[in-house]
Amino acid sequence: MLQRVVSAFKRRLGVGKPRPGSGLPARPVIRTLVWLRRASQVGFLGLFLYLLVETAFRGSISKQTFDLDHKVEGFLLADPFVAAMTFLSTKTVYKDLFWSLGVVALTVAVGRVFCGWICPFGTLHHFFAWIFPSRYVKGGRRVEQNKTHPVRQSIKYYLMIAFLLAALAGSAIGGLFDPICVAVRAIGLGVIPALQYAATRGSDVAYESGSPGLQRTTDDANVLLSQYVWSEKQFYFHQTWLIVTLLVAILFLNRFVPRFWCRVLCPLGAFLGVLSRFALVGMEKDHKKCTDCNLCLVHCQGADSPQGGVKWQQDECHMCMNCESACPEDVIKFRFLPSKVSTQPKVDLARRTTLASAAAGVIAVPAMRIADVIDANYDHRVIRPPGSVEEREFLERCIRCAECMKVCPDNALHPAWFEAGVEGMWTPILIPRIGYCQHSCVLCGQVCPTGAIQKITEKQKLGLGQKPISIGTAFFDQGRCLPWSMGTPCIVCEEFCPTSPKAIWVEPVEVPKRSATPGPDGEEPPMESVRVQRPHVDPSLCIGCGACENVCPVQDKPAVYVTSIGETRSKENIILLENTSYTQEG
Amino acid sequence: MNVTRREALKRVGAAGAVLGASAATAKLFFDEGGIDLKKSTGARQTRDYRVEDDGGQVDLSIARGDKDAAALTRKAIEALGGMGRFISRGDVVAVKPNIGWDRAPIHAANTNPEVVAEVVRLAYDAGAKTVVVTDASCNEPNRCFKRSGIWNAAYEAGAEVIIPVENRFRTLRMKGEVLDEWPVYTPLLNADKVINVPVAKHHNLATYTGAMKNWYGVLGGRRNRLHQNIDVSVADLATFMQPTLTVLDAVRVLMRNGPQGGNVADAKDLHVVAASIDQVAIDAFGCTLIGKTADEIPYLKMGLERGLGTTDWQSLRTREV
Repeated sequence: MLQRVVSAFKRRLGVGKPRPGSGLPARPVIRTLVWLRRASQVGFLGLFLYLLVETAFRGSISKQTFDLDHKVEGFLLADPFVAAMTFLSTKTVYKDLFWSLGVVALTVAVGRVFCGWICPFGTLHHFFAWIFPSRYVKGGRRVEQNKTHPVRQSIKYYLMIAFLLAALAGSAIGGLFDPICVAVRAIGLGVIPALQYAATRGSDVAYESGSPGLQRTTDDANVLLSQYVWSEKQFYFHQTWLIVTLLVAILFLNRFVPRFWCRVLCPLGAFLGVLSRFALVGMEKDHKKCTDCNLCLVHCQGADSPQGGVKWQQDECHMCMNCESACPEDVIKFRFLPSKVSTQPKVDLARRTTLASAAAGVIAVPAMRIADVIDANYDHRVIRPPGSVEEREFLERCIRCAECMKVCPDNALHPAWFEAGVEGMWTPILIPRIGYCQHSCVLCGQVCPTGAIQKITEKQKLGLGQKPISIGTAFFDQGRCLPWSMGTPCIVCEEFCPTSPKAIWVEPVEVPKRSATPGPDGEEPPMESVRVQRPHVDPSLCIGCGACENVCPVQDKPAVYVTSIGETRSKENIILLENTSYTQEG
Repeated sequence: MNVTRREALKRVGAAGAVLGASAATAKLFFDEGGIDLKKSTGARQTRDYRVEDDGGQVDLSIARGDKDAAALTRKAIEALGGMGRFISRGDVVAVKPNIGWDRAPIHAANTNPEVVAEVVRLAYDAGAKTVVVTDASCNEPNRCFKRSGIWNAAYEAGAEVIIPVENRFRTLRMKGEVLDEWPVYTPLLNADKVINVPVAKHHNLATYTGAMKNWYGVLGGRRNRLHQNIDVSVADLATFMQPTLTVLDAVRVLMRNGPQGGNVADAKDLHVVAASIDQVAIDAFGCTLIGKTADEIPYLKMGLERGLGTTDWQSLRTREV
């Protein structure tokens, strides 16, 4: 492994082996650009991971507000596929999604530079394809894999078409396949919490060892990691095994087909591929000089036919510049306003498959919705984050990017499994048993790139001078509640209820309670009388934050639980008649 | 094809070695099984940070009237004999305010940040090497530390403010009446001196809480179970933790809807800070501030019975300033 890295470096630096064939060196500008590209890839991957880690509330001395320091959702805001989907579904461009015009402009100027130079997910694939190739993608086999495979590589276009049409029909479900969403979801909800888990277990082992030096070192390391990389407590995410498994699987495929994701599946890549036909920079080839040495193909990222004798597939090219850098015969030249003689700029798609994909996208939406999850039999567990828009519009906007779940400081938001239907998979729901909605926190809306969760203020959420934002209502299970059914004092729920006046109020009562020990001669245990406070919910004050459910001591199935009813965003999913009237301000 | 004697011996030997190693492993790690729960035996665990009483001094001091919370704190501690009575040069001092809730100082659900900062400054002036300020919050800790104002105030006074991180909790057998095995928050225990700086406030279940109940912040885990027997668990904790000094903040007091409050109208400015070496006595005094007496608070009676202190605070050497 180390040898391979060293020899790879030597090769790249041009030391060691002489260039084959005529041995003509690549232009200095190209060699510089290849190194710039690598720096850019490392830099943007680093930036992406930094912003992902910073997608969390960390207090500090210097901070005056409870906002985040950075625009942590920046990569999503710059994502034109996200902008296009939500534009088609809502017919609006939400706020900072304007940023995506930057990537559109870049693509129109210089092609899919985003894929080759910027995309953090693409960089991960680039890295894994380089470092872990199987024996089936080495030498001649790698050359074969890196030739254009038109059928395989057109799948991403059909996916893109289907997703855009599904968006037009009212569902931003394409977010499931957006590369930035995939990366945030899998790394943010899977990889980072798993690393934290492993680090904590490591610290436990060090603690068991009993060596004070080792204990102190691991403890201090863990504290630093907890404060700067992950969080004070271990985060858990609902059913993330599939999210992580898919990430591992898709990275693993690089062993057999380099950059399988980018070439075959990525709808953002397809979107940029369509735009790249307008690019002002492109490739010219001098076919006569080509000796079919295939060095360009060995290093090709996009499988875009850089070799002589065939046309260059502009829409597939990531503009990595490897081909020109590798070419020892002066065949390949990237230049401004090139002759397009040897270029195939248009995406080559089969008309029938295109139409079928479009139809599938449109039909998928009603097909998913008749599965009784929105209009009928709405699931009580679909507790949406505070500031969420009404469910239908929510599905038009939510791209399942998991930013809200990553930022939620109490680990309250989770990717839905099938609670919100098959369409709502990996959209955010609140699971109070794991974490509750912190009363004054509005971070989920702040990081939502598409407005599925609106940017609300602390004042709006708390309801200062207005009605507070409610996401559900709490209910008591009197058969399980300690004061209600066991004559035992408790009211932790009331203590944690954050509203003022409290939505949970208590009724002091004297209740009979049988003593646990039998009387003399085995008589029935005597009766006693105990004073307890029985909790009640006032549905007009409850905001559904879930603090009560979270802290209820009835561990396995809490005696107080929150369901989505009474949520501010809905006009149907409410209990109280007075809340259906908007003529009065609360 | 015959096997040579050497080859046969090698094969039989290898098979025997594998079997022998397996048997040895099984013997070495043999597990009897069974579901007997381990009973805790031996004496109750305690952490005693008190300094020796040199006699002839004040046991409880009460400072009133000054609008400046820091000045009140200073007066109360001076009346008790000054911080020098408790802190020696080079001490590591843990200061334990109440930072339980994501509430601002005006809601009086957490300890007043100026009181905390003044305690930190006095401890440094008395020669402390390091002063640590921390608590295991109820709400999300970053928000509690920030909103309470304690993070900034303590930091500016030079304290090391520690946000509670999961791996700083370690399981301990306290062997109390209801509190046996619990995860405890080590930064509050690993110190030479511990100063408890609670806020006096109403509590819907325990009626009044101050010094003794503040030790809930030493515990991790699912503290929600403690409410079933709040009085005994408070007494158990106060038995476990014997602080060097208690400084009770009653500058602004939550009179109802405790412990969390949230409505500004629920709290009242009283401008009182008390300090004592007796955590029962200071609570017996503190509950009078919300109109209660020590008889109405069961855990105070338990504290008296367990010899943790006296509920008859007027009988102590008391100084009001």
